[in-house]
Amino acid sequence: MRDFIYHAPTTIDEALALLDEHGEDARPIAGGTAMVNLLKQNMVLADHLVGLGKLPGLRGVSQTNGSLHIGALSRHREVELSPEVLAHSPLLAEAYSKVATVRVRNMATVGGGLTHADPAQDPPPSLMVLDAHVVLTSSKGTRELPVSDLFVDYYESALEPGELLTELVVPQSPKGAKTVYLKFLPRTEDDYATVSVAALATVENGICQDIRVALGAVGPTPIRATAVEAALKGQQVTPDAVRAAADAVADQVDPLTDFRGSDDYKRDMAVVFTRRALEQVLLAS
Amino acid sequence: MTTADALYTVNVTINGQPHEVKVPARRTLVDLLRYDLDMTGTKETCSVGVCGACTVLIDGEIAASCITLAVQADGANITTIEGVANGEALHPLQQSFIDHGGFQCGICTSGQIVAAKSLLDSNPSPTEDEVKEWMMGNLCRCTGYYQIMESILKASK
Repeated sequence: MRDFIYHAPTTIDEALALLDEHGEDARPIAGGTAMVNLLKQNMVLADHLVGLGKLPGLRGVSQTNGSLHIGALSRHREVELSPEVLAHSPLLAEAYSKVATVRVRNMATVGGGLTHADPAQDPPPSLMVLDAHVVLTSSKGTRELPVSDLFVDYYESALEPGELLTELVVPQSPKGAKTVYLKFLPRTEDDYATVSVAALATVENGICQDIRVALGAVGPTPIRATAVEAALKGQQVTPDAVRAAADAVADQVDPLTDFRGSDDYKRDMAVVFTRRALEQVLLAS
Repeated sequence: MTTADALYTVNVTINGQPHEVKVPARRTLVDLLRYDLDMTGTKETCSVGVCGACTVLIDGEIAASCITLAVQADGANITTIEGVANGEALHPLQQSFIDHGGFQCGICTSGQIVAAKSLLDSNPSPTEDEVKEWMMGNLCRCTGYYQIMESILKASK
């Protein structure tokens, strides 16, 4: 690891001022599970690291107007085990429980995970189908961004220089919605997904009302499977309709060949796991 | 002005003893333990947080000391393998690993025992599935998993 200067601000304003002052030369660090590995591999060459660990008020789960508010410094493990998260959005607790191992989930923060923007991470597809958004804070103020718009490219988020992700907000799901998160893990239990799919649906009188589908590990960013959704919304739910809709995901994904499989294999698995996810939220009684 | 090779004062409590150490910002916690404090019970193996050999407790929770910066641990309460026994009296888990052949080459053992201790402290009677779920982040390249499982289950209540 190269030498760098470490800052340990104790207020958010102080942290934002440090990010403004050092610009591209500074990187925030929270849990460190991603950042320390990037530093070790010289993939991050920042001269300044802004440690967020001592910032107050950014950890914990609360509810306002039916929405869950999760502080950016909350650990993955806290989201997984939070009774409030389990009661409000069990899909979210499930997605966070699938990340790596207990040890990593004790360390990795919600904000750090999302801004790392690794397309194979577990939480983003679920957050996308839950219509979650994040709060970004800079010295100029705050703005909200849907999680669907947070990811720009491999390991690249939409955060501007000087911005910190400070909160994750998850609205109430539609009444009667069914949800599922499927993670294809052909190698080891603690691995990143080879392909992952999250889905949320409501069905009334056999007609698909709400349908949201998102995939991870199938391209440069997690994606909403809009073609799949368009094929089902307002339609009669039948096994044939589900099968045809799942096939439409093949043209939406752009996977990389790597040690988890070839691009063709992952495209096939995206179809298979999308179909299984749709069957669970649309056809299972 | 601070320069990149400056030293930082880190205050940590390790196994109940306070320590003040001066380290560069890039010092990992496992290196602080092994090289600054000569506490070599904690092992570094994969160096990327995957294998579990460097597992310590930070404020009571298992963490990978190889991907934790020492400066991040400032103010923390840390438990290492050296703090598991009560003086000369082995912890029941340590005795169980001896009795049931829970280690072969020994490199992963410190991490296995610290992780298992954390499990049993919060869940004294885990099921076999709960032990597997908790311990899957601690790899044993001698593949002595059956004996490790047996050691932990026999030490549980």
